[in-house]
Amino acid sequence: MSYSWPILSTVTFLPILGALLIALLRTDDASAQRNARWIALWTTVITFAISLLIWRDFDPTTADFQFVEKREWLGAITFHMGVDGISMPFVVLTTFLMPLCILASWISVKVRVKEYMIAFLVLETLMIGVFSALDLVLFYLFFEGGLIPMFLIIGIWGGPRRIYASFKFFLYTLAGSLLMLLAIMAMYWDAGTTDIPTLLAHDFPASMQGWLWFAFLASFAVKMPMWPVHTWLPDAHVEAPTAGSVILAGILLKMGGYGFLRFSLPMFPLASADFAPLIYALSVIAIIYTSLVALAQEDMKKLIAYSSVAHMGFVTMGLFTVTMQGLQGGIFQMLSHGIVSAALFLCVGVIYDRMHTREIAAYGGLVARMPIYAFCFMLFTMANVGLPGTSGFIGEFLALLGSFEVNTWVAFFAAFGLILSACYALWLYRRVVFGKLEKPSLAAIQDMNWREIAIMAPLILLTIFFGFYPKPILDLSTVSVTALMDQYHSALAAADQARYALVP
Amino acid sequence: MYEAILFLPLAGAIFAGFFGRLVGYRACEVVTTTFMMVACALSWIAFYYVTVQGQDVRIELFTWIQSGELTSSWDIRVDTLTAVMLVVVNTVSALVHLYSVGYMDHDPHKQRFFAYLSLFTFAMLTLVTSDNLLQLFFGWEGVGLASYLLIGFWYEKPSACAAAIKAFVVNRVGDFGFALGIFATFTLFGTIQYDPIFAAAPDKVGSTMEFLGMQVDALTLICLLLFMGAMGKSAQFLLHTWLPDAMEGPTPVSALIHAATMVTAGVFMVARFSPVFEHSPFALEVVTFIGATTAFFAATVALVQTDIKRVIAYSTCSQLGYMFTALGIGAFNAGVFHLFTHAFFKALLFLGAGAVIHAVHDEQDMRRMGGLRAKMPFTWAMMLVGTLALTGFPFTSGYVSKDAIIEGAWLAHGSMAMYGYVMTLLAAALTSFYSWRLMFLTFEGRNRGPKDVYEHAHDAPMVMAIPLAVLAIGSLLAGAYFMHDFIGIDVHSFWRNAIFLPEHTGHHEVSWLVFLSPSIVMFAGLAVAWYFYMVKPLIPFGLSKRFRGAYQFLLNAWYFDALYDRIFVRPAKWLAYKLWKVGDGKIIDGIGPDGVSARVIDITNRVVKIQTGYIYHYAFVMLIGVAILITYFMFTGGGLPR
Repeated sequence: MSYSWPILSTVTFLPILGALLIALLRTDDASAQRNARWIALWTTVITFAISLLIWRDFDPTTADFQFVEKREWLGAITFHMGVDGISMPFVVLTTFLMPLCILASWISVKVRVKEYMIAFLVLETLMIGVFSALDLVLFYLFFEGGLIPMFLIIGIWGGPRRIYASFKFFLYTLAGSLLMLLAIMAMYWDAGTTDIPTLLAHDFPASMQGWLWFAFLASFAVKMPMWPVHTWLPDAHVEAPTAGSVILAGILLKMGGYGFLRFSLPMFPLASADFAPLIYALSVIAIIYTSLVALAQEDMKKLIAYSSVAHMGFVTMGLFTVTMQGLQGGIFQMLSHGIVSAALFLCVGVIYDRMHTREIAAYGGLVARMPIYAFCFMLFTMANVGLPGTSGFIGEFLALLGSFEVNTWVAFFAAFGLILSACYALWLYRRVVFGKLEKPSLAAIQDMNWREIAIMAPLILLTIFFGFYPKPILDLSTVSVTALMDQYHSALAAADQARYALVP
Repeated sequence: MYEAILFLPLAGAIFAGFFGRLVGYRACEVVTTTFMMVACALSWIAFYYVTVQGQDVRIELFTWIQSGELTSSWDIRVDTLTAVMLVVVNTVSALVHLYSVGYMDHDPHKQRFFAYLSLFTFAMLTLVTSDNLLQLFFGWEGVGLASYLLIGFWYEKPSACAAAIKAFVVNRVGDFGFALGIFATFTLFGTIQYDPIFAAAPDKVGSTMEFLGMQVDALTLICLLLFMGAMGKSAQFLLHTWLPDAMEGPTPVSALIHAATMVTAGVFMVARFSPVFEHSPFALEVVTFIGATTAFFAATVALVQTDIKRVIAYSTCSQLGYMFTALGIGAFNAGVFHLFTHAFFKALLFLGAGAVIHAVHDEQDMRRMGGLRAKMPFTWAMMLVGTLALTGFPFTSGYVSKDAIIEGAWLAHGSMAMYGYVMTLLAAALTSFYSWRLMFLTFEGRNRGPKDVYEHAHDAPMVMAIPLAVLAIGSLLAGAYFMHDFIGIDVHSFWRNAIFLPEHTGHHEVSWLVFLSPSIVMFAGLAVAWYFYMVKPLIPFGLSKRFRGAYQFLLNAWYFDALYDRIFVRPAKWLAYKLWKVGDGKIIDGIGPDGVSARVIDITNRVVKIQTGYIYHYAFVMLIGVAILITYFMFTGGGLPR
């Protein structure tokens, strides 16, 4: 259970070590590039292996933070790390996706390979840090720090409109985060600490909760992204390199949902309850609106990006029901989306590497020459549609079920997502993969090679495995989620009692 | 044994799907078909165990989803209803596998085809063996996936791709209701397992729940939402539009999925939930109304179709309407009985039509057929058997089950049951007409197709003939043989608790006119078809000219596709485009990031203009500034102490 060495810090900072190693490579010739790739791959694989130890030794029967590390750092701000049943799966998801990202960039990235790998490794550290930080300031540093490498990845290795996209991405998220910084300061003044476990037990005054809640919402809603602050995402995805999109969709979007779970719901329960209808409304709009917009897209990545926004709508909806099914559905949906949308962007990357276009109209009839690819793409399309038997179904279903228990209107409108997702996903598949292979440019296109199959295989296995047997993930979070619900509902009950006590 | 029934098809699908290229198509055909034959034999044994020996089975494989109070597991539940479905699904599936060996002989993608067929069978089996709503939903969507893949099997044809997407999406519309039904069930009962729900249903009569701001009767709500799913899957009125288009798939697929098994899943679901439906008279009336309307509507459309498969497709739609009519009037056993017999004769008709299409080189238009009886007598005989059964010729299986429904509707009380009786009786007349029209146009008269094609037309090879013969036997005898079990004197020992049975079952005395009415209209339809297509072939032509509007109305299937295109598809596309360009582009980005950055640029541009770089400009501005300052100080006294 307990290790003599700080395992969580190791997982978090090992990628930085790899980045330093790469930085030490002097030259920039072909051999240095090859070394950079291999170092990055080994670093991420080892990190993943160690993170599996965390999963293995994780005790799902307690809601306490585990693998806790606490050191003096900056006076009141401590270096405090730890994971519980809510954050641990995200740590593993991050370490799992990283080696795939490195592999996906193996050939497609040709310029500044060293710097590219360094950016990804630094990004990995920051992302793991977000999920394992137990101090608000530390969390904020990781949360904001992640912007920088992502900004560089889009801005340097991105597509033609990369500058516009990277600035849009940066400014949107920064604007949201500044409000969060103010809220963090306010919380420090009220509670006298930035230690997250202490803050979780702290009762913020009701008058303050609303403002704090909105300040956090500003940051998380942009990250999520929720409607109407979602427009940075399609641009960022379109311009980002394949691996950048994978990380963006797979991990970065989940930080918003994680933030809601870690801060908004447990720390500001009264405000969360008051503003839940707002979240429902935004979620439902996101589901219907962005699904429709996805239907009209002509760019594959943009379509998948919009579908991501719709899927994140299910997450926010589920989380704010604060029912067992809703919360677990939201968490599962995030993890599943981390796998499925990552895989979909990889699918786009496979043909983008060959044809250098993401225009849907430039494709058609790929199945004739790329049967393996057609199979992978079909599987992930179906997972995106939420077909039972794929992981995509579980989260969507549970989130909808949770919302039905709370508010039938929400479930009713959100369920339209079931229909619309089928429309845009199958329509995309039909235009890209089905039909006659008529375009001369596609006549010599090759099916997936071994490297690409190796990237897809684990994603396929997990998508199906968790579709049939989601228990491992659901069980992980059960106790933590129960604790969260108890805390939330008892806070609401206490507030109610206080309110009635005022009535003579 | 039950695990084998369920997993043999899956094993076949995996084998053919993943190793098909490695081992070649012949191995795939042999393996999948053999597995299906074994599964079929085992399911007849299971049928014997369950219905004769009364041994229901419930095997829990493992937990699927466990979240809070929601528990759902992977189960194999076999009672009489499931056993009936096992027999239907596996028998037809095995025969269709065998038939496909011949039918798909020239297709280059045989491995994929057999993988899909077996995958479909597996999904259908999980559907019928489910013990909770979620597994039912899994099978439900799984067969939808297989149907999508098989309709779009010839993916190079744009029409096939469109039909595949249409089938999936229209089914999703039904699933929208189904999913909400599951949620409502869980909210009301706190479980999605069948037996606890059925046990608790009587206590919930009269309870209400909040839905979309209204207080509604909880059981009625659940039934109607679930029925919406059934309407989608079983192609009932309003959600029927995908079924005719689904004929783009290979004909064996039409026989298996779009006639005998998948489309009956809705009937199965309502029968499965009969203990709940029974407590909601309103929901049952809705079921009757939709079923009877479909039976009549689809039959009218089938009158004028020229594509041989489309005629049979609309006929399927219509027959499904019969089944729902039966369910709606509370005769759940009669509905399932018709499902059982229908599977035989409709699969027979489809496979027979496939043999015809095969023989005339993929021609499906009956106007270019004719006179084929001389060339393919065996197929003609088989189709004849199917037609007799479908039209309800006395003592065939269709006669037994269909007349039970029509009589049941007459005997049931209420105006909706009377509506059901009138509609199904009218539909019976129409059924007879269009079925015989199909027979006469295809097999009788003079051939109207290319001469060389006609010369080379011949009966199907043995692998295709055997399934036809087996199904023909079923079409003739299954009704009479199983009549006592399904709807006769043995109902209670046969069904036990599998479905809800009315207290007083058995034979009722009806007036001889009602008893004979289905047969009378059947012969009337036959006579008119004979007169129209054998005696005076110019009459239908003249009628279609004279009543052009009505003819077009029927030919276009009451214009449902055009209507849906206008009110759903086009507005959705328009809205999608507008939301993208205006909503995201102009409004959100325009006011948000782009707008802010544009304003910043505006302001800096103006500020920049002041910086001209000319010394005399700056000197001039400085002078003016100094002048203003001095003036200011002069008037205010310069701030100096006086």
